Amino acid sequence: MAEIFPLRARSLTVRFGDNTVLHRANFELAQGARIAVLGPNGAGKSVLLRTLHGLIEPTAGEITWGGSAERPREQAMVFQRPVLLRRSALANVEYALAVNGVSGPKRRQRALEALERVALGYTADRAARVLSGGEQQRLALARAWALAPRVLFLDEPTASLDPRSATEVERVIGEIHASGTAIVVATHALGFARRMADEVVLLSDGEVAERTPAARFFTHPETPEGENFLKGELPWNGISHASSRA
Amino acid sequence: MHDILASITLAARLIAGGDAELWRIVVLSLEVSLASAFFACAIGLPLGTLIAVGDFPARRAVVVMMNALLGLPSVVVGLVVYLLLSRAGPLGSMGILFTPTAIVIAQTLLVLPVVAALSRQFAEDAWGEYREQLTSLGVSPARAVPTLLWDLRLTLFTVVLAGFGRGASEVGAVMIVGGNIDGVTRVMTTSIALETSKGDLPLALGLGIILLTIVLVLNALAFAIREWSARHG
Amino acid sequence: MERHLARLLSRMSIAGFAAAFIAATLLASTGAQAEDFITVASTTSTEQSGLFKHLLPEAKKALGFEIRVVAVGTGQALDMGRRGDADVEFVHDKVAEEKFLAEGFGVKRYEVMYNDFVIVGPKDDPAGAKGNDVVAALKKIAAMEAPFASRGDKSGTDAAEKRYWKMAGIEPPKGGWYRETGSGMGPTLNTAAGMNAYALTDRGTWLSFRNRADLVILVEGDVKLFNQYGVMLVNPARHPQVKKEMGQKFIDWLISPAGQQAIAAYRIDGEQLFFPNYKP
Repeated sequence: MAEIFPLRARSLTVRFGDNTVLHRANFELAQGARIAVLGPNGAGKSVLLRTLHGLIEPTAGEITWGGSAERPREQAMVFQRPVLLRRSALANVEYALAVNGVSGPKRRQRALEALERVALGYTADRAARVLSGGEQQRLALARAWALAPRVLFLDEPTASLDPRSATEVERVIGEIHASGTAIVVATHALGFARRMADEVVLLSDGEVAERTPAARFFTHPETPEGENFLKGELPWNGISHASSRA
Repeated sequence: MHDILASITLAARLIAGGDAELWRIVVLSLEVSLASAFFACAIGLPLGTLIAVGDFPARRAVVVMMNALLGLPSVVVGLVVYLLLSRAGPLGSMGILFTPTAIVIAQTLLVLPVVAALSRQFAEDAWGEYREQLTSLGVSPARAVPTLLWDLRLTLFTVVLAGFGRGASEVGAVMIVGGNIDGVTRVMTTSIALETSKGDLPLALGLGIILLTIVLVLNALAFAIREWSARHG
Repeated sequence: MERHLARLLSRMSIAGFAAAFIAATLLASTGAQAEDFITVASTTSTEQSGLFKHLLPEAKKALGFEIRVVAVGTGQALDMGRRGDADVEFVHDKVAEEKFLAEGFGVKRYEVMYNDFVIVGPKDDPAGAKGNDVVAALKKIAAMEAPFASRGDKSGTDAAEKRYWKMAGIEPPKGGWYRETGSGMGPTLNTAAGMNAYALTDRGTWLSFRNRADLVILVEGDVKLFNQYGVMLVNPARHPQVKKEMGQKFIDWLISPAGQQAIAAYRIDGEQLFFPNYKP
């Protein structure tokens, strides 16, 4: 098994036209770690995750996995709204496995196990699109988990869910981590972040404002941005002193 | 008004009476239109989807050209196919001119742009929705084509029906390459044209009502499919 | 349970459609594979008179092969022969046919039958054209500038019409009253009926024409109005794939007593349309 940790990003910059969304961001993820990426709306959390995962090409900066520039396959991502195919829940998981080279009876078996692990065994033959919001998100997690990823990125996985479904999803994420997967989750659910994360990365206006162990961040943030963020708790109002950039 | 009533009565009598010639014409029409829809879709659905997910230098030009081909004058296609299939032309030795095969070729060429352009549009909209997740799962754009085709199957089926309808309505090109030969290449549309030009309007209208009914049934089917899919995900 | 049924049904219908498509493809392509046929290029007015519907089944019975008629304008019919897309030419424009022969595209011309043209027009005949003299009638129509619908499509009928105008000293007819439709006999008659105009038409098309409005036959019987049909085998020396044996057999049948009789037997409303006149 190739060594893909630590995931390291140096001076990541992402620009869309005139708009700089991410500016000189640094990031580091160790094996098995759990990082919560926090920040107001528009701070660049989603862009950071997508760039690390490989969906967006950075305008500048570099990303290395265990020292190599090669992007590993053993990573998965779950989005705020799950994108499921028009087929059964089981077939959705099987599809992901098939695309990643798993065939034959083993594929169906692994897919069934994945569903069972997230308590969705009863939905196997149901059309994925008629499942509830919470069930769909758990299905997306099952699909990602079935691929045995070593890193799982999650972009606001509970934002569209009711509290009970959110709790179920949080629990599944915990179980995925327990099975050895590193977790990077962008979220507004501060309680969840506090319960789950080892480390907090706070983004503000496209820059990394703070990187602090979670245990300390929520009581003693190290920067004014951190303080303002926790105090304000306004997800759409970045109260940071934005520095002008070149 | 009298003409229209007369034609409806005549049509009903022809259909109910199981008029052999009428049904031969209808069956031939369905055969050539189904065949051309089949070929046009076999090529056009994957082609349109491929262009939708693709990212290559001339992409915008290709999309513009595809949409422009929607306005292709059918008689021009008829003329070109005629020149190709004529004995004096490059493919003349195949002896296909004035046969149903020639009609299928001409109709396929006319339906293909419709299917490709429509499927491209639908696939592009869907790709916008699916792209991040599929890419995350390790699906390349090319690999995504069959996935999209299956996932959009109900929407694309309405594209198939539209393609069939386009083929079944064609008259100009079919006349030119088919020759409207009685019992061989006479289809509903060319029959209607012939009867109209003979001044036999009730018969023409009668045939027209049958053709219209077929098209309406297909559209109702497409509608029902969309409803079903909306309810059953 | 209902889910499984729905899924089974949808899979079956997809398979059903696919099967229908494929079957249709095969049917459409094999349907015309029979080699036992000849292609005859003829004119729309002949087709529309209904002659072929009457004649071809008899010919097929006598000869044992299929005769496929592609009916277009005379110009296009002869052009088909030049391109080798037809085996036999069956048109009614002697001048154009002889040119076709002179160019080497035809083998020999046989005169087979004639029908006649008539001038139809509004039943109250504003130009006073009624009678049996076509040239006099056209002169009167032009003098009155009465509306006249012409085919203007390079057909045999159109060529004949232009010749009559020339005989009447009006060459070419010009003015808002003279309307060229650029289309076949039926559509031209439709236009004439709609405009209450005069028109030159072959009797056959007129007898089958259902949309007469106020039009009636006004001028007939003038010898000049007789329309001679000729039949020619397309020259196999120019186009080797021409089915020369079957084509010649068809021609031989047309000029035989049996064929000539079949031609004469064709009636519309009891009236004979075509008069066989082959002379060996």
